[in-house]
Amino acid sequence: MILALAVKSLRNRKFTAVLTVLSIALAVMLLLGVERLRSESRESFAATISGTDLVVGARSSPVHLLLFSVFRIGNATNNIRWDSYRAIAQRAEVAWTIPLSLGDSHRGFRVLGTTREYFEHFRFGRDRKLELAQGGPFDDMHDAVLGADVAVKLGYKSGDSMVIAHGAGDVSFSLHEDHPFRVAGVLERTGTPVDRTVHVTLEGMDAVHAEAAEDAFDPLAAAVRAGADEHEHHTEKKTDRAITAFLVGLKSRGAALSMQRLVNEYSGEPLTAILPGATLLEVWEIVGAAEKTLFAVSALVVVVGLAGMLVALLTSLSERRREMAVLRSVGARPMHIFGLILGEAAFLTLLGIALGIAALYLGLLAGRPWLESRLGLFIVVGWPSAYEFALMIVVAVAGVLIGLIPAYRIYRYSLADGMTIRI
Amino acid sequence: MDVSAPATSQTLPPQRSGGSPEAVVELSGVRFSWSGAPPFVIDIGSLRVARGERVFLRGPSGSGKSTLLSLLAGVITPMEGTIRVLGQNIGALGGAARDRFRADHIGFIFQMLNLIPYLSVVENVCLPCGFSPRRKERADREGGTAQAEAVRLLEHLDMGDAAVLRRPVTELSVGQQQRVAAARALIGAPELVIADEPTSSLDADRRAAFLDLLFRECAREQAALIFVSHDASLAPLFDRAIQFADINRATGPAPALV
Repeated sequence: MILALAVKSLRNRKFTAVLTVLSIALAVMLLLGVERLRSESRESFAATISGTDLVVGARSSPVHLLLFSVFRIGNATNNIRWDSYRAIAQRAEVAWTIPLSLGDSHRGFRVLGTTREYFEHFRFGRDRKLELAQGGPFDDMHDAVLGADVAVKLGYKSGDSMVIAHGAGDVSFSLHEDHPFRVAGVLERTGTPVDRTVHVTLEGMDAVHAEAAEDAFDPLAAAVRAGADEHEHHTEKKTDRAITAFLVGLKSRGAALSMQRLVNEYSGEPLTAILPGATLLEVWEIVGAAEKTLFAVSALVVVVGLAGMLVALLTSLSERRREMAVLRSVGARPMHIFGLILGEAAFLTLLGIALGIAALYLGLLAGRPWLESRLGLFIVVGWPSAYEFALMIVVAVAGVLIGLIPAYRIYRYSLADGMTIRI
Repeated sequence: MDVSAPATSQTLPPQRSGGSPEAVVELSGVRFSWSGAPPFVIDIGSLRVARGERVFLRGPSGSGKSTLLSLLAGVITPMEGTIRVLGQNIGALGGAARDRFRADHIGFIFQMLNLIPYLSVVENVCLPCGFSPRRKERADREGGTAQAEAVRLLEHLDMGDAAVLRRPVTELSVGQQQRVAAARALIGAPELVIADEPTSSLDADRRAAFLDLLFRECAREQAALIFVSHDASLAPLFDRAIQFADINRATGPAPALV
C-alpha cells in the first residue's frame, strides 16, 4: 500500500525523479566503471606473462623494462649484445630463453623479432601456451606469425605476403617491397599484447634493418638513423646483432634470485634482470595512488548524486505536509508517512543503481574494441564481482540511510501537525 | 437499504461499558493544552453526539475547534477526562490503535486540498480502505469491490460522469474536489463523519448543494456528522447547533501549534 503510494507519488514528480535517478545512475556507472577498469586492467596485465622467471634487458628501471618487453608500452633505450645474451642463455641454471627484438612496426602493430623458442616456451594466463589458428611457426627467415588482432584488422591469412617497415609508429620511415614477409601462421586469440604483435625471425628483422641502412639516398631515413643509435643496423655478422631483451625460464624457480643478481652484476655490459611478478607489483604501487584518487573521485560523485536525491526529497516535504495530513486523516500512521518517504528514497536509489549497471554494461560492450586497440586493455564483460556487489550494496544502503533524513523530518511534521492542514 | 444494524467491528469491538449505547461521541471532563499544562485550550464538561445525529459546531477560528477534532480523531489525547467514540475510550488506546480506530470508524472532510494529487479520483476515494481492512470489507460488501463502491458513492454525489472520473484530481473544481472528499469520508460506512469547514471555499449555491448531498449520504450510511463552521447561516439545516464557546470553558489562548 505504502510502496504503491510511493511509486505513484514519484510518478507525479516525474521530472525530478528522473533527474535524480539519472544522477545516481551516472554516479554508480562511474564508480563501478572505475572499479571494473582497475580490476580488469590488473587481471589483464597479470595474465600477459606466465612461467617466465626473469626478463633481462639493458640497464634501465625494472618497470620500464617490464613495460616495453612484455606489454609493448614504450621503447627500449638500449640494446643487449648478442654475445651477452648467449653467455647468459648457456648457463646451466637456464632451461630456455626467448630473445626479443623490438622497435619496428607494421601498419601500427609492433613487430617482434624472435625465434621458434617463443612459440614453444612463451606462456600467458594460467600457464597457457600459444596456439596457432592457422599455419605454423617460422620456417624460413622471411616468415611472419601474426597475432589474432593483426590478422583480423589487416585481413591477412596464412600464405599472404606483407611488408615490414623500420621504426615504430603508424607511419614508417622506409618501406621495402623487395623482401616481403610471408605469413606463416596466425595465432589464436590470447587477450594479451601478443594479439597485436607481428612476430618475425631475428634474421628477417636483420634483413629489414640492413635494407633500411642502405637507403643512403633517402636523407630523412639517414637523419633518423643518425639520431637513433639504439637502432644500429647490422648486416655483416650475426655476432654483431643486438636484441632488446630476452625472457628466461630457469630449471628451478628457486634459482631466480641468485640468477637475477648474477645478471645484474654481469661484467660484459650493464644489464638489468627482473622477476616479472615482483616488478608488476611495483607497477601497481605506482598506479595505486592514481587508482585511489580515481576511486575517491567516483565515490564523491556517488555522494553528490545521493545528496541531489536528499535535496529533491527535502524540498518536496513542505509542499507535501498537507498530503501527509490527509493520509493521517484516513488512518495512516506516522510510521506509514515515514515509510512513504523512505520508500521513495529506496526506490530512487535502487532504480539508479539498476540503470547505472545497465549503462555500465552497455558502455563496456560498446567501448571494448576501443579499449583493446587503444589501451591494450582486454575487458571480460562478466558478472559483477563480489567486491562490485559490495559496492552496490553500500550505495543502496547509503541511499536508504540518506532517505532516513527526510523520512524522519516528515515523521516529526506528521506527529506535530496531526491532521491540521498547513499551507 | 438497511444499514441501521449496529456494525460489528472485527478489529476493535467498541466497548459499551460506561457509555450510553447509542452515543457515537461522548466527552466528559476533557481538558487539553498544547503545552501540557494550564491554561487549557479545551475544557469541555460534557458533549454527546448520538448515532446518525447531525451536529453543527460553530465558533470563530482559533477557538480550539480544530484541537477538539484532533482529540476526537485520536491524533492527540486529553490530559484529563475521557473521550469515548462508539463507546471506546480512545485515550486508553496506544498510538497505533488510535490510528487504526480512526481509519476504521471516522471519515474526514477538510476545508480544502483534501485530495492526494497523484492519485486518481477513485483511488482517492478508496484510500481509507488501504488503511482499514474493516472499511474495505464493508465497501466490498456494499459495492462488490471498493472501486465499484467508490463509483457508486461518487454517482450519488453527482460525480459519476466517466469523463470526470478520469480527470486528474488537480483539475477538478473545488466543489468537485469536496465531493470526492465526501465520498472518501463515507466509503466503508464509518460511524462518524467529521467535516472541518468543508464548505467555506464554496459559493452559496454550491454550498447548499454540497450539504444536501452530504446529509443524504450520511443518512443512508447512518453516520453521525459533526460539522464545524463559523458560518451561522448553516445552523438551521442541522439537528442540533452548538456554540463552541458554550461547551468549552477554556479561557486559554488560541492554540499555538509547533
